[in-house]
Amino acid sequence: MAGAPPILEVTDLGVEYGGDMPLLAVDHVNLVVRPGEFVGIVGESGCGKSTLCFAIAQLLNPPAEIVGGTVMFRGQDLVLLREKQLRALRWRTYSVVMQSAMNALNPVMTVGQQLRDAFKAHASVSNREARVRGSEVLRLVGIDPAHLGSYPHQLSGGMRQRAMIAMALIFSPELIIMDEPTSALDVVAQRSLMVKIRELQRELGFALIFVTHDISLVSRFSDRLAVMYAGEVVELGSTDQVFHDPKHPYTRGLLSAFPSIRGERKPLLGIPGNPPDLRHPPRGCRFHPRCPSVMPVCSVTPPPEYAPRGGDRVRCYLYAREEVDHQLQPIE
Amino acid sequence: MAFIIRRLEFFLITLWAALTINFFLPRLMPGNPAEAMISNFHGRLNPQALHALEVAFGVNNNENIFAQYGEYLRNIATGNLGNSLTFFPVPVMQVIGEALPWTLGLIGLTTVLSFILGTLIGMIAAWRRGGAADSVLPVVFIVTSAFPYFWIGIICIYVFSLQLGWLPGNLAYNVDGSIALSWDFLGQVLKHGILPAMTILVTSIGGWILTMRNTMITTLSEDYVRMAKAKGLGSLRVMVLYAGRNAILPNITGFAMSLGFVLSGALLTEIVFSYPGLGYILYQAVTNEDYPLMQAIFLIITVAVLCAVLLADVANALLDPRTRERS
Amino acid sequence: MAFRSATVETMAAPRPVWRGAVSRSLSLLAGNRKAAIGVFLMAMFVITAVFAPLLAPHDPNAGIYLPLLQPAADHWLGTTSDGKDIFSQLIWGTRQSLLIAILAGLFATIISVLVGITSAYLGGIADHVLALFTDIFLILPALPLMIIIAAYYRGSGVWIIITVIVITGWAYGARQLRAQALSIRGRDFLESARVRGEHSAYIILFELLPTMTSLIVANFLGAAVYSVLTAAGLQFIGLGNTEELSWGTMLYFAENNEALNSGAPLWAIGPGICIALLGASFALLNYAFDEMGNPALRSARRKRGRRATHS
Repeated sequence: MAGAPPILEVTDLGVEYGGDMPLLAVDHVNLVVRPGEFVGIVGESGCGKSTLCFAIAQLLNPPAEIVGGTVMFRGQDLVLLREKQLRALRWRTYSVVMQSAMNALNPVMTVGQQLRDAFKAHASVSNREARVRGSEVLRLVGIDPAHLGSYPHQLSGGMRQRAMIAMALIFSPELIIMDEPTSALDVVAQRSLMVKIRELQRELGFALIFVTHDISLVSRFSDRLAVMYAGEVVELGSTDQVFHDPKHPYTRGLLSAFPSIRGERKPLLGIPGNPPDLRHPPRGCRFHPRCPSVMPVCSVTPPPEYAPRGGDRVRCYLYAREEVDHQLQPIE
Repeated sequence: MAFIIRRLEFFLITLWAALTINFFLPRLMPGNPAEAMISNFHGRLNPQALHALEVAFGVNNNENIFAQYGEYLRNIATGNLGNSLTFFPVPVMQVIGEALPWTLGLIGLTTVLSFILGTLIGMIAAWRRGGAADSVLPVVFIVTSAFPYFWIGIICIYVFSLQLGWLPGNLAYNVDGSIALSWDFLGQVLKHGILPAMTILVTSIGGWILTMRNTMITTLSEDYVRMAKAKGLGSLRVMVLYAGRNAILPNITGFAMSLGFVLSGALLTEIVFSYPGLGYILYQAVTNEDYPLMQAIFLIITVAVLCAVLLADVANALLDPRTRERS
Repeated sequence: MAFRSATVETMAAPRPVWRGAVSRSLSLLAGNRKAAIGVFLMAMFVITAVFAPLLAPHDPNAGIYLPLLQPAADHWLGTTSDGKDIFSQLIWGTRQSLLIAILAGLFATIISVLVGITSAYLGGIADHVLALFTDIFLILPALPLMIIIAAYYRGSGVWIIITVIVITGWAYGARQLRAQALSIRGRDFLESARVRGEHSAYIILFELLPTMTSLIVANFLGAAVYSVLTAAGLQFIGLGNTEELSWGTMLYFAENNEALNSGAPLWAIGPGICIALLGASFALLNYAFDEMGNPALRSARRKRGRRATHS
């Protein structure tokens, strides 16, 4: 896994919501995903993680549009491709699972018909072959193939979500992007779905970008974690590192904000203040008004990404010196 | 299906309401205007027919109102709606029977055609948003949908018939023609039908285009449309099967609900063109104070609209699997 | 365990106040081109109606001129077969047509609001009955019913026309308002008002209605369009009071005197255009209000961005 060339390289990606008061929902995001890797993107509501998802998948609806950066996938910059070229890649090489299956499935078509649509859009197969493959993928996610003839409203929430994942697997793509697929489910269904997803990933070997606001849920399964705040990736590293040795003050604040069931009692700290209004973002670092370790430079210029010791990337001036120090050390 | 049964109940209740309105209206009017009309019939109708009219209009009788009501309903059930004053002594049902096919043909076909075309145009207009057409079209159609039907008819007659002489401006077939199953007759019917059909089409299509455009725009922002694009489905497929099929659902109900309004305009168009359908007959009834005919037309049109609503409901159930469960 | 924003977000409970709703509406209206055209047209008609005696060159009811004159300096639109000036008739006719549109629209809207919103708010049996009542009136074919009623009251004038329009026209709006009220009904701010112990009437008037202002106004405008067209239709058939002057009655006389064939087409076309324009101005305002309520409907110029949608 590590060491293999990445299948997805997002560089400097920016997404703007146009209109009377334009705002940058995603700003200068860098992200690398290797084959078979499970990358979690976490952040609170409004931090831009869903927008990032759709931007990578080239599924933005107006007034949102990509205003900068590249999305290199299999050697091509997806941003530059036209719809016709994209269509050749869609679903075969990468697929998407959306948050609410009730809204993401066409209410007037059966599950089987929608699976068949996806299949026949990219492969000339007979209806029979489509049905066979449809049954296959439904079984993979644990749904009785008899439901090929069911309409979305006839399935339970958990089943609908699984059906969506089944649909994403039709061509066994290299990359699946999932936008909060568990948010609409109860805790038990959440966990069982996560286990199933991890299972499938092990079996089929796809890379996975998993967006959620639930850091504790995803961190049990992910290989790497990216933390987003106000449209920027503020920290990126292995799950272990981010969870147990968070570098960015925001991540630290987040992780100290909820108690663990075991372990000693600690006072809940939380983060004072509110997330910024992206139409008028704070000058300099977007987190600085709420940061306990704020320095004068933070309110002047936005920090670049640094490579801290023991971590992958962090967008914080606290590590500027560390990087310099680190660079003076011999590279192992 | 329980759903259909519920709609049938509605059908019957509304029909009953219409019958009851017909029954009480003349009785509520000050100085029952029907009296004059009934006295007109005296001596010209056999006693039973006269009595049926008296019961229907509340004239000249001392029976209690419930008995009258019962008799009235029984008469209706047996198809006895009275005789027409304008076309005396022809029974009302016969007059209507002759006019109905013309109305069904002209108005029925044109309205459905207008709905289908309008929906298609609205769907495509919403799909191709942002072009120059999108800023102009809505305004154009808002304005045209506010035009009175009959006035467009008048303009059409003036321009195409009187000034340009291209098409006949009245009647359903030539003045000297006669009804026969021949190509010549069919040709006449078509020729005479073009202007009135055009009038109805032009005025009603704007409304359908706008409503479909609006529902389509809302539908296009739904997740399942985004999902369809994510799957790499072709544009046409997404537009029609994913977006269009969902966007049209509220409009089918809307079509049924606004049928009354569309129908009114279409009836007036018949009047302008002297087209021998129900509208024109209604006009003559008004001019001649022919109340039996007027009330009968009201009933028949009510039945027609109710049937259309029922059909729309069936269409809805067929197209939307969720309604089948809702009952 | 989900982490939410580890801060306490204040719950901004929307408390729409009447004053805010009106000024918001007005400012949005100003920036909309369709609305501007609609307002302009409306203003023209209102001015014409109010200042009719000053604007009309002749007495519209004076049949003292030569009949069926062509348009000329003296008679901009010519004269009728009775020798009356068409242009003056058109100007004076504005009064009745505008009056009917506004009054009928107003009364129909009031009934729509009363029935629709109460029905949604009360729920249960009351809602069921009222909704059924609404649907029946919606389905009953308007024109034949109006014709029958108007025929019985033949010649009684403007108030009968207004009444029949209201009777047949309130149902559509009631249905729409009920649907929207139902969707608002479950919202938190209403629930909090109920818990505070406010009376139903208070809740309906001061909490529910303000959120529905744009739909109510749209309803009024729609009802006004309906009134203009329907009144014209009824008068055209001869059911209005033919003694009174309005655009519809002008059309009636024009049709009966074969205006088109007698070389006086403007006699028929003139009032028709006015009816159409009055209806159009209401319709434009209506659509502008629709767009205000749902910004997604506004026509957007496609930006030459990196990706054009649906290409």
